[in-house]
Amino acid sequence: MSPRPGFVLETDRATPPTLFWHGEGWRLERLPPGSRIVYPPEPMEAVADPDEAVRQALAHPLGDSEPLADLLRPGMRLTIAFDDVSLPLPPMRPPDVRQRVIEAVLELAAAAGVDDVVLMAALSLHRRMTEAELRHALGHRVYEAFAPHGLLLQHDAEDPDGLVHLGCTDAGEDVEINKRAATSDLIVYVNINLVAMDGGHKSVATGLASYRSLRHHHNVRTLQHSRSLMDEHRSELHTSNWRMGRHIAASGIKVFQIETTLNTDTFPSQFAFLQRREWEWSGRDRATYLATSASLARTPARLARSIFHSIRSPHALTSVQAGEVEAVHARTLEHVHRQHVVPVEGQTDILTMGLPYICPYNVNSIMNPVLVMCLGLGYFFNLYRGKPLVRAGGVVIMSHPTPWEFHPVHHPSYIDFFDQVLAETTDPLEIEAKFEESFATDPWYVHLYRTSYAYHGVHPFYMWYWGAHALQHLGAVIVVGGDVAAVRRMGFKPASTLRDALEMAADVVGPDPSVTHIHAPPLLLADVE
Amino acid sequence: MNRLLRRAVQPGFPWTAPQWPPSLPRPLPPSSLGAGYDTEWARREPVRVARAVLMDSVARGAVKVLASPRVSGLDRIAGLEAPAIFAANHASHVDTPLLLTALPARFRHRSAVAAAADYFFDRRWKAALWAFAINAIPVERARVTRRSIGQAVGLLNEGWSLLIYPEGGRSPDGWAQAFRGGAAYLSVHTGLPVVPVHVEGTHRILPRQGRRIRPGHTRVTFGAPIRAHQGEDTRAFASRIETAVAVLADEGATDWWAARRRAAQGTTPRLTGPRAGSWRRAWELEDRSPGRRAQERPGSWAL
Repeated sequence: MSPRPGFVLETDRATPPTLFWHGEGWRLERLPPGSRIVYPPEPMEAVADPDEAVRQALAHPLGDSEPLADLLRPGMRLTIAFDDVSLPLPPMRPPDVRQRVIEAVLELAAAAGVDDVVLMAALSLHRRMTEAELRHALGHRVYEAFAPHGLLLQHDAEDPDGLVHLGCTDAGEDVEINKRAATSDLIVYVNINLVAMDGGHKSVATGLASYRSLRHHHNVRTLQHSRSLMDEHRSELHTSNWRMGRHIAASGIKVFQIETTLNTDTFPSQFAFLQRREWEWSGRDRATYLATSASLARTPARLARSIFHSIRSPHALTSVQAGEVEAVHARTLEHVHRQHVVPVEGQTDILTMGLPYICPYNVNSIMNPVLVMCLGLGYFFNLYRGKPLVRAGGVVIMSHPTPWEFHPVHHPSYIDFFDQVLAETTDPLEIEAKFEESFATDPWYVHLYRTSYAYHGVHPFYMWYWGAHALQHLGAVIVVGGDVAAVRRMGFKPASTLRDALEMAADVVGPDPSVTHIHAPPLLLADVE
Repeated sequence: MNRLLRRAVQPGFPWTAPQWPPSLPRPLPPSSLGAGYDTEWARREPVRVARAVLMDSVARGAVKVLASPRVSGLDRIAGLEAPAIFAANHASHVDTPLLLTALPARFRHRSAVAAAADYFFDRRWKAALWAFAINAIPVERARVTRRSIGQAVGLLNEGWSLLIYPEGGRSPDGWAQAFRGGAAYLSVHTGLPVVPVHVEGTHRILPRQGRRIRPGHTRVTFGAPIRAHQGEDTRAFASRIETAVAVLADEGATDWWAARRRAAQGTTPRLTGPRAGSWRRAWELEDRSPGRRAQERPGSWAL
């Protein structure tokens, strides 16, 4: 049976309660009758033979690119860059799609006699990946063949000797990327397109760039004009990245892009109920829900977190395409849209969302309050094309425990950002003007980013900017079940129950408001007419 | 502890199976059950006689004891020729025997009841039981299918009246749900009138999640037959049927004149109840209880 498309359910009083993620747990909430619930499409069917699909993609590239085998020759410098730990979410069951693709690329490189090969994690300003994470993404074979010889690198955006400035775009944007990549005869970029935002020129222009370059598009103005981040044709972030990508190509740097798409089979069978529509829950699903809810309520937060972060997703490959960046990305988007798009008629006064335990920046880590904001207002809010799901002046209600807790190794600058910056202001423009520079250039944060496993000093600012469009658009943000002090620190309103939150929201949007809930994850993309 | 106790007494989802949203199609077993169940045998002469005996003896007596019905508005359908489509609000399994026994004999013994294919016809024994007892015909509530509509239209054309619940299922809390287009569609396609009917009080006798029958008072109010206007579409007609039932509900809760005035002003209370929290809805519903009114109105016992 082919997967069923996503759809919008209008609730009535007989509709069973709806699943809301709530950090390391979930809740069943009853929405007012007449509310809409946007359900994602079911996971698409996987390609039957993923390894063969990869080989075919490399042999039959899109755009004006030659087959990869023809681009490889002895004596050349080859850099294989790949997406970091932020994709996919949750991490997928081995073998990871990066391992499949990189092994196929290396097979061809070996056959062509290419000796100078370096693998590079395209970290941008993210934290470095641990050995376990690299092994998971690349597989033991690849890791052990490259890491011991220093040929498995992680992009360092603060290495003064490891970057090269390629000049400026027509719009005056600095283009500065990794030197090893820039001086290679060929960059093969191995991407995972989990959502429409990923991939394209963003892969190299962001993944291998420096702060000097990133600041041209990771800023408040650009992100306020990215409507949405999932719609590259209406996203300033993408426009800027595309300018940079074309500049990189014009500088003589050749990129062979390999993009993969995954289906939304997000959770293993033990948690099958999480991606099933509530009225289709079997007796087993209900029993699992009750048992897991009861156990999680009695589980210490740290243990619950480690249990959730050990989840390996059964994501399956739905397409792989390779060749010239823009031609590849156009095909990739078709596949992403086929998996994610749900038509939705009209906007809503109140948008509700249950936020899960994970976002791209807390894999094997803690979902701190800034990341909660980023996931809700940066990602979930932006899961639209056309118009935002919620009207201007509307309210977003997020459900998440929002603990005032930070990972001291991964997110050191977040701690100071939360304590010092947000205590003074939550206005993105003011934050950018007054504080960004000092955090971005702080030698201690730079040191931790380069040598430890810390996100860059400026990263919490980017997370805050990610929600800048939402902050500008919304009348209020309410967090259900969150740490009251942490929620207030971010300028949001705390509520203990969804019902309270809806009442509070009605004070902002007026009585008898329309309510829409995004039933995610699994992810979706609302096509709002 | 209280929560546990409440759950034990009144378990809801996920302790019990969820209800399928009525607006969504439900995959039915690929068999002769569901909408595919053939009820033709239930309208043969011997079965009809057996059903009439059952209806006029057992069902009538049981309804009288359990539901103490007060039936009004029969004068409005006194001159109406069969067949007709009776469209009522739906709060309980008691509604069907109550309405069938309240109907005048010319309708009662030649009526079919539109019943949810996914609920009443999902097991062979259930399908046979309901086809025999109330002459139920399977109707898919999630979508209009050629088969179930064709069967209903065929019966109406053969002179059978039809009792249909346009809400598509029983109310979860006693207040009605929005009416769907089934009754209106059948009326438009057959040219037959729709008789709006309001039933009050059955929710307290056997609510949707209830497992025990509690005898109580009920009220059945028949309205004047209505037909679709020239060019009126199904949706608009369905809305008019809902309004007609709401006026009958208002008439039962107040009086005919007050209800008519409110209807003329467009201020008839919504059939779906106030947009308020669950306790306020329950509170207001209690005010409309036929039993309560009978107790509170001096002299009403003597009528």
